[in-house]
Amino acid sequence: MLLPNAMAADAACLLQIGSETMKPTARDYSLIGRNAELAVASGLAAAEWYQTDIPRSTIKALMKRSDGPAVRDTLIWFALLAGFGAGAWYFWPSAWSIPFFLAYGVFYASAADSRWHECGHGTAFKTRWMNDVVYHMASFMILREPTIWRWSHTRHHTDTIIVGRDREIFGRRPIDFAKLILSIVPVWNVCKAVYNIASHATGRLTAEEKTFIPEMEWSKVYRDARIWLLIYAGIIALAVVLQSWMPVLLFGPVPKIYGHWLAYYLGVLQHAGLAEDVLDHRLNSRTVYMNPVLRFAYWNMNYHIEHHMFPMVPYHKLPELHEIMKADTPPPDKSTFHAYRDILPVLWRQSKDPDYFLIRELPPTAKPYRSDLHGGPVTVNVAQAS
Amino acid sequence: MSNELTWHQACNSDDVDLEDVLGVTIAGNRVAIYRSPDDRFYATEGLCTHEQVKLEDGLVMDDIIECPKHNGRFNYRTGEARGAPACINLRTMPTKVEDGVVYVGLANAG
Repeated sequence: MLLPNAMAADAACLLQIGSETMKPTARDYSLIGRNAELAVASGLAAAEWYQTDIPRSTIKALMKRSDGPAVRDTLIWFALLAGFGAGAWYFWPSAWSIPFFLAYGVFYASAADSRWHECGHGTAFKTRWMNDVVYHMASFMILREPTIWRWSHTRHHTDTIIVGRDREIFGRRPIDFAKLILSIVPVWNVCKAVYNIASHATGRLTAEEKTFIPEMEWSKVYRDARIWLLIYAGIIALAVVLQSWMPVLLFGPVPKIYGHWLAYYLGVLQHAGLAEDVLDHRLNSRTVYMNPVLRFAYWNMNYHIEHHMFPMVPYHKLPELHEIMKADTPPPDKSTFHAYRDILPVLWRQSKDPDYFLIRELPPTAKPYRSDLHGGPVTVNVAQAS
Repeated sequence: MSNELTWHQACNSDDVDLEDVLGVTIAGNRVAIYRSPDDRFYATEGLCTHEQVKLEDGLVMDDIIECPKHNGRFNYRTGEARGAPACINLRTMPTKVEDGVVYVGLANAG
């Protein structure tokens, strides 16, 4: 089978630099490890990516900003949070509070994930300060320190699923299924995030963080971490004053533990099981059709190929962009169930065979996967699921 | 570097819509030509100072050019970077319009 060079290299874990051929080894997802050097040396870092041809006038119209849709959706979101939160508080400690907590948690920790994302791109609202306010609020709700994750996500868009460059790769191979399942209720991840916040508040960054955050931004990381710790202290103080667990259960890190599952369920779909180290988002990202309720919670991030190829198109224009470019992309999965039916067997196999990944067929109308974007064609044996 | 300018023909004024940007190559350099909402022309270096993405694919809003990849924002009249991930200012170049043609002034190598 003819495959792009980098993809082939990834599949075989063989990478040729000059005349030196490196021996196959395990992937190193660290940003300061072996694969980080290889990605730069092989031209995979900050590279040119495939982009579907769309006339300038069309993409310009799609990129145009407006406040209306995001203001409407944010007000609805706040109303849902207030309503479910009030219900949980009212019925506490009876069992009737449980459904309210579950709904509140989903809108707190899962819907905030997509708000964090869209406002981080600065595309949700036309008005800059609105993006910033919602970004900081959502960052707090999902424990993503705003400066660190702004830069991390910038890197994710520069080097999407490039091993050693992208910090946001889900499902690192070989897949650790126990870890994946434990992350549905992310007690450990939340503890780790709080530890990191405390560490940043003392004025420390890890060596890895320093690779993608410019030095001039470090002081913002420390400042934000200290502010968050103060807010946590305020939440605990309020709980003590009120002699109630409710402030702790409704604000700060705890709702992420019981409300993150939907963001996780939807987030897995973005890239899981697909290729690493390729320069075509059609090979490493996935578009999945979802119902309007999920699309509201997820702010249309189900159109993920479209988002990665044209990240400045606001979430409310992604369905329109999808219609324009769908002849050039793999057919979307019809539902989340349909997508998981494909993904789970691939992840299972990747737990044993880290070189295995899914290549999805393009429609006849699409431009083929371009081997020249990945450094020239080579022939290798690569597992293909379909 | 000499302060003297050489004026290079960049494009026709009609080639750029109001509140839009066009990319041209002048003397081997990628240059972005902007037409502001008040119908003035401006020029900056054509690649984002953050990660060398072509600004001509970006979005012009009032006096801001936004990089199409990472939302880096610059004031194209002054070149000023207006927030992360854009941290380094864009180099600007003078422009003039004569008989419907936009010219960009590049400093002569001294």
